[in-house]
Amino acid sequence: MQAKKRYLALLSAAASLVLLFCLGGVQVPATSSSRGGGGGGGPGRRRHPAAERPWPRFSDPLPSFAPPESHSDAAAEEEAEERGAHSSPRLKRDVNSSVYRARRCRMESCFDFSACERNGFKVYVYPQQKGDKISESYANILSAIEGSRFYTSDPGQACLLVLGLDTLDRDQLSPQYVHNLKGKVQGQPLWNGGRNHLIFNLYSGTWPDYTEDLGFDIGLAMLAKASVGAENFRPGFDVSIPLFSKEHPRAGGERGSLRSNTIPPFRKYVLVFKGKRYLTGIGSDTRNALYHVHNAEDVVLLTTCKHGKDWQKHKDARCDRDNAEYDKYDYREMLHNSTFCLVPRGRRLGSFRFLEALQAACVPVMLSNGWELPFSEVINWNTAAVIGDERLLLQIPSTVRSIHQDKILALRQQTQFLWEAYFSSVEKIVLTTLEIIQDRVFQHTSRSSLMWNSHPGGLFAMPQYSVYLGDFPFYYAQLGVKPYPKFTAVIHAVTPLVSQSQPILKLLTAVAKSHHCAQIIILWNCDKPLPAKHRWPATSVPVIVIEGENKVSSHCCETGGFFLESPVPRSVDFAFTVWQSFPERIVGYPARSHFWDSNKERWGYTSKWTNDYSMVLTGAAIYHRYYHYLYTNYLPASLKNMVDQLANCEDILMNFLVSAVTKLPPIKVTQKKQYKETMMGQSSRASRWADPDHFAQRQTCMNKFASWFGTMPLVHSQMRLDPVLFKDQVSILRKKYRDIERL
Amino acid sequence: MSALWRSSERAAAACVRALGGPAAKWLSRIVGFSMCASVKYGSRGPALIPRMKTKHRVYYIALFSVVLLGLIATGAFQFWPHSIESAAEWSVDRRSVHDAPLVRLPANSPIPERGDLSCRMHTCFNVYSCGYNPKNRIKVYIYPLQRYVDELGTPISSTGLSREYNELLSAISDSDFYTDDVSRACLLVPSIDVLNQNSLRVRETAQALAMLPRWDRGTNHLLFNMLPGGPPDYNTALDVPRDKALLAGGGFSTWTYRQGYDVSIPVYSPLSAEVDLPERPPGPRRYFILSSQTALHREYRGELERLKEENGEAVLLLDKCSNLSQGAVSSRKRCYKSQVFDYPQILQESSFCVVLRGARLGQAILSDVLQAGCVPVILADSYILPFSEVLDWKRASVVIPEDKLPEIYTILKGIPHRQVEEMQRQARWFWDAYFRSMKAIGLTTLQIINDRIYPYAARSYEQWNNPPVVQWSSVNSPLFLPLIPPRSPGFTAVVLTYDRVESLFRVITEISKVPSLAKLLVVWNNQNKSPPEESLWPKINVPLKVVRTKENKLSNRFFPYDEIETEAVLAIDDDIIMLTSDELQFGYEVWREFPDRLVGYPGRLHLWDHEMGKWKYESEWTNEVSMVLTGAAFYHKYFNYLYTYKMPGDIKNWVDAHMNCEDIAMNFLVANITGKAPIKVTPRKKFKCPECTAIDGLSLDQTHMVERSECINKFASVFGTMPLKVVEHRADPVLYKDDFPEKLKSFPNIGSL
Repeated sequence: MQAKKRYLALLSAAASLVLLFCLGGVQVPATSSSRGGGGGGGPGRRRHPAAERPWPRFSDPLPSFAPPESHSDAAAEEEAEERGAHSSPRLKRDVNSSVYRARRCRMESCFDFSACERNGFKVYVYPQQKGDKISESYANILSAIEGSRFYTSDPGQACLLVLGLDTLDRDQLSPQYVHNLKGKVQGQPLWNGGRNHLIFNLYSGTWPDYTEDLGFDIGLAMLAKASVGAENFRPGFDVSIPLFSKEHPRAGGERGSLRSNTIPPFRKYVLVFKGKRYLTGIGSDTRNALYHVHNAEDVVLLTTCKHGKDWQKHKDARCDRDNAEYDKYDYREMLHNSTFCLVPRGRRLGSFRFLEALQAACVPVMLSNGWELPFSEVINWNTAAVIGDERLLLQIPSTVRSIHQDKILALRQQTQFLWEAYFSSVEKIVLTTLEIIQDRVFQHTSRSSLMWNSHPGGLFAMPQYSVYLGDFPFYYAQLGVKPYPKFTAVIHAVTPLVSQSQPILKLLTAVAKSHHCAQIIILWNCDKPLPAKHRWPATSVPVIVIEGENKVSSHCCETGGFFLESPVPRSVDFAFTVWQSFPERIVGYPARSHFWDSNKERWGYTSKWTNDYSMVLTGAAIYHRYYHYLYTNYLPASLKNMVDQLANCEDILMNFLVSAVTKLPPIKVTQKKQYKETMMGQSSRASRWADPDHFAQRQTCMNKFASWFGTMPLVHSQMRLDPVLFKDQVSILRKKYRDIERL
Repeated sequence: MSALWRSSERAAAACVRALGGPAAKWLSRIVGFSMCASVKYGSRGPALIPRMKTKHRVYYIALFSVVLLGLIATGAFQFWPHSIESAAEWSVDRRSVHDAPLVRLPANSPIPERGDLSCRMHTCFNVYSCGYNPKNRIKVYIYPLQRYVDELGTPISSTGLSREYNELLSAISDSDFYTDDVSRACLLVPSIDVLNQNSLRVRETAQALAMLPRWDRGTNHLLFNMLPGGPPDYNTALDVPRDKALLAGGGFSTWTYRQGYDVSIPVYSPLSAEVDLPERPPGPRRYFILSSQTALHREYRGELERLKEENGEAVLLLDKCSNLSQGAVSSRKRCYKSQVFDYPQILQESSFCVVLRGARLGQAILSDVLQAGCVPVILADSYILPFSEVLDWKRASVVIPEDKLPEIYTILKGIPHRQVEEMQRQARWFWDAYFRSMKAIGLTTLQIINDRIYPYAARSYEQWNNPPVVQWSSVNSPLFLPLIPPRSPGFTAVVLTYDRVESLFRVITEISKVPSLAKLLVVWNNQNKSPPEESLWPKINVPLKVVRTKENKLSNRFFPYDEIETEAVLAIDDDIIMLTSDELQFGYEVWREFPDRLVGYPGRLHLWDHEMGKWKYESEWTNEVSMVLTGAAFYHKYFNYLYTYKMPGDIKNWVDAHMNCEDIAMNFLVANITGKAPIKVTPRKKFKCPECTAIDGLSLDQTHMVERSECINKFASVFGTMPLKVVEHRADPVLYKDDFPEKLKSFPNIGSL
């Protein structure tokens, strides 16, 4: 027994020793082998062990890489200057522009800035020649430019020129292909070697190799091209645009399909793809390998061999199996029920699938090596897509599975933001292209990456307004700053309003009392002369009177908010504190609503008391002064002229604009309900409200605006914001906004 | 027996193979022997053990001590020789570069091809060697130092290893990126110093590169160069033929920079190590524009002088001092006529500093300017700014075409002063994070390449560009998309209950009347009692699920149960029977308009108690609100997930231990991540029902209030800030209290306190 025990003890000791050595030993080989490999087969293969540690600490004094005495640059420069050999910088620039042309074009060498500086960023579109047929997509592009604020009909004013010839489809086998484009283009009198021209293209090259050649010499022209490869892309000069279909709407466009953020953010499938597999020609290396990754459960990657007429001739061993699997799934269903969507290259680098996935809030997984992603110059695609490598196809499933759900949530929301900001219509794609070029031309007033990549996006954030992000209503949270705690009151005095100047002066006194008021601007548009000096009330804030002008220049005020026009709500302060919580929205008092009149097939306008609203009248409203700028500079002249002629609807247009930017309803605060009645007596609106035409006009306006926006941007809200103790049965002394209680 | 020996020997041999190296050879015998022993007795073992039952203790003690001994012995064996080795390393550490082996380059040794301008990551970079790894981090190998000489014995470089390149390589080798195993490396960094092309013999350097053992046409090799080109035409990229190697270069132009392949790096300024310029708060400075470069082309200098004439004092135009005695100091002095200024200190006196191109595009002065928090005005057409792939230079600099040099005064005057301050801060932050040392430059370069290889794990724009102060004060809400979710999916009511069954049933019956209720989830927090039988529950027309919890914790109410299938969650206590169906439905409608906020009924406020010097909880009639009670509140299911898994510090445990303040914690959490205040709906001030008498007295209880105040202080200290936002509004239905027929109102039944 004792002996056995001893043996047992020995046994276990030995066993543990062996175990420990074997386990512990794993570390030894790792270090020893690496030490051997440190020499890397070079001459120092067997050296002192110490030499093989990472990077040694050297004790000797080492020289600087650029010793100050011969700070090579400076010294050389001086020397050169003395010798007169160093060419003048201007000369050097000229040399650049003669050397770097065609495929090596950059803005510095191929673009003429002078026209833009003279006249601003204006775009000219060539008139269409008789007999030239252009495709629907190209017609949409041209009309988007013509409808934009950049358009000019005078080529002499133009900074950028766009051909009237359809260059979208340069696939020789396509029915849309325009023949003899070369000759036609060269024949254009303004062509000038292509300088300052912008050429749109969606398809280039043809079977079997699909090169990116357009079939004519574009010279110094810029390319806005879909499916462009990094090799052919001239950074900072060309613009990569997305591939869009014939059916892509001209303006407005569908909203993203994400309606809510589900938690956890996973959908039925992890990764899906459904598409053709080409049996001949290029573009299918990746697609041919997809079946390796397909698992028919949550990773569903389907290919079909059916394309063209004679696919049977080339079909391979997998075709039948693939085709059968392919027919089992519905593309739409998969698209909307998958977390990730594979976007592999097709014949060309880009495919329709990209935009489809983006809209469907299915995070695109790019497998298209070398594709310069759409608007990559400004969009940070890492925040909305997973950029994969075709060479690492087999890793894709584990890669996407490793993405944390918080990240998925963010990626998905970003797809929706980008889709709605830049891609949902041809107009947006075209405007984004133009804005990118404009940013290059006026480099010091251009958008920062933050403006392009966060809500509301680059089209609504105009850097010409200010280069300081805190001057916009959108970035307070991201920058960690607060809106300016003061407002400027703008009082608009129009002719019939002031039969006597009394109401205006009363209003002035009331507004000036507000703690948040920084200054008051009075726009005096009356036939009557200004009231005499002594009749003006004494105010603690500066009062500026501008006579005979209708609009306030948006740079007039340092303050954040605008308080507009006449009537006198007593609760300016309350509305202003509400606005500080929602600086990107309009905060106002009387509200209106819109509805879809299905009988008349058009939008209706109502001023009835309803349980919801979608507009607030800007007769008295607080909004960020940036919207003033946007109103003046973003909207096209056609709409603004219409408003001016009618002397009506400007408030509707403002509501349209702000809701289009924010995608949210305005905010209504507690209001004095007698507003209308009291106003009737004194305002010019009195007569206007009574006028039945006035109402019809507003209806017409709404429909005009909706058609320009391409969609109805207004959103309904069912709530109103009141002070916390509003109408509560508690001593009025406890209440901060007592005035409101008495309404 | 012999078979046994053989197998054990094989096992031992396996061990030895694993151990590797001759040092472990002697082990094989011992191991082999003991293995044999173990096998031998192992065969009889099972029969032995049952008979030993009575003496278990002794046996186990023995076994334990033996194992312990074995462990100690192994440990000693493992670490003893190793420690000696590292000590040896330490002592040899202070080595000289002259000890590095000498390599003689044959005159006819091959030269790599010139850099290929069409190289991109997907064409020239071998991504397979980086592999898939859970940390998403590339591995970088550094070649050991060698001294290259040509056949005549002349070194290929006049300086050899420079101080800066040495710093760079040490930094890499100390970093997480480093590997000493060349076979696992994704990126290889030669130890041949090419920072300054002027000190190189181009042809021989190229030959040396080609001789690197893993050169393979330069694939996955990374070269660092700061001063490219040489007279007279100063190319903008390193002239050394380098085939497919990546180039981290200072001074790329748009024509030589391979976008997405090369990395544009700053030209390091050795001054930054010498001079300590403490950060200066942003604000107006004495001079508006400063030019301090010494070797400007006369054309530029002429234009600057004209600028000075026009704008006088606002512009300071410095040059090197001609009258000073030559010496090392001269690089630290600048002069305007006879006035002498200290450089780089003078940079801190100006709002904008001109950085003009010289013969090269990249200028070391950019680094000095950033360090001084002076906004660089960069005039260098076609220059690719340092790290422009990730840094948003528009927030830290003004880039102006060279042609517009005469207009810079007007252009700069047009920049709002707040933006100037913003840029000053940003400039300094860029220097602190990415310019200040060779280490910063090197590691940033590697991080950029890392981001390309693992784009899905790349650092975000905010991480790259937001200075710490902004990172701290800014919020990036996880629910950032402006969405108003559709009404149809409705909400899930989550009722937390312990044993108040009767009250619970009333709550269920009441809530079930709310039109948008989609599902009811009862969280049964009582482990000692089972929930009532199914037949006893009220009959309602939405699904009702009961979840039993393992522990009676308050946190259970905020768990992201899979049963919650809607976005909207209504958290509700089992005694909240006073809320009308209109109130609840309206609450849901308001939540739809603010899906990223807490939407609740009674509001509460936090106040700063000046006497006590701490936060105080307030439930009296106030004009302000900063929290809503979660006794009944709508919120996004995402916040359940956050509460359960991302709650900072020990707040969750604190809440569970105190059985209180879970609502305050939720308010903190939501306000902190979204930066937004909650929304109080309807006038309701208390959860009070006629028949609940003193139970609700809980809220009135003085000690309760003290505890709630304590919670606020505790949470504020854990969050490191007070995230709660105070507002003065509440949400009511549009027609609330309006003189309007009640029956036409959507939510008439609202208004009790």
